Amino acid sequence: MHLRDLSRDRHFRHGASDMLAFGPGLAAWGLVTGVAMTQSGLGVGLSILMTLTVYAGSAQLASLPLLASGAPMWVIWASAFCVNLRFVIFSSQWRVHLGHLPRRRRLVLGYLLADLNLVVFQKAWPDRAAHQTGQARYAAGGAVAVWTVWQVSSLAGIVLSSLVPLSWGLGFAGTLSMLGIAYSLLTDRAAWVAAIVSAAAAVAAFALPLKLNILVAIAAAVAASILMAKANQSAERRA
Amino acid sequence: MTPSAWVLPGWAYGAITILGLAAVTALSRGFFLWSRRDLRLPDALQRALQVAPLAAIVAVLAPEIFMAHGALIDTWRDARLPAALAATAFYAWRPGVLGPLLAGLALYMPLHVGLGW
Repeated sequence: MHLRDLSRDRHFRHGASDMLAFGPGLAAWGLVTGVAMTQSGLGVGLSILMTLTVYAGSAQLASLPLLASGAPMWVIWASAFCVNLRFVIFSSQWRVHLGHLPRRRRLVLGYLLADLNLVVFQKAWPDRAAHQTGQARYAAGGAVAVWTVWQVSSLAGIVLSSLVPLSWGLGFAGTLSMLGIAYSLLTDRAAWVAAIVSAAAAVAAFALPLKLNILVAIAAAVAASILMAKANQSAERRA
Repeated sequence: MTPSAWVLPGWAYGAITILGLAAVTALSRGFFLWSRRDLRLPDALQRALQVAPLAAIVAVLAPEIFMAHGALIDTWRDARLPAALAATAFYAWRPGVLGPLLAGLALYMPLHVGLGW
């Protein structure tokens, strides 16, 4: 399906508009990331190349100091992969919903799907067990929306880097806008437990390098949800 | 001295590094999408992994809200705590994205930019 037909598709538009609710927060983050790239000494040309191709904010920010200090390429790549490990976990979830697509299409779409995409997707399709019609188009709509908002704001940050006052703490706008989606996912006890465990683990493991505290937090939350499922099962069996 | 100084000009070294980073993005986001075979994780694990995105978001947010300089915030004069509380209160009143964001910023901006908290 071509992008032009796609843009008229109900699911595609729905996916895009659900994501645009996060536009302001995303744009604040993109802007800050664009400024950070230029101010790290990367230069306008390479900053533009980075935002357009790498398209992974946290990995970009993590690799800036390494690039500036002239670290070897493989070190920079390995570090970015560590920062991106959560996407490996997410891709197992996407596989359930996108597995039916031709390989090339699911890889292209997968490359475009960031954190927020999966969170919003899960919210829109609460029955996560299997593939349903329209899911791939919904995901594509969200992917195009995030990509556009992120790239426009990031490019603006790169070009206007000297004019954007970082001391205002614009990045916190991104944080605040994510609070809403986090709260909206707290639908049952299992989600509450996962969120509390994850928050505690992320703070406790904050000193780890390469944002590995996020991976530790995910692992702790997943482990907690496995334990809870087990406990519920045995409670049911006793009853 | 890095190898780039005598093999490649700096911008080319930077560009290759960045294109490699793009490949890292594609590899990590597509990790379980590569295989042509039908991949199926054990059901219990698949279900448990459903909390991963929520956990990831919370893991990003918690330090951003509760920590300063690598430790828990130890002062109430930090604009982020009242801002997060305002956003939370607004969400409890009217769930959404933009409302809590604006409520939080309405407190954050004067406290942070004005008072330097």
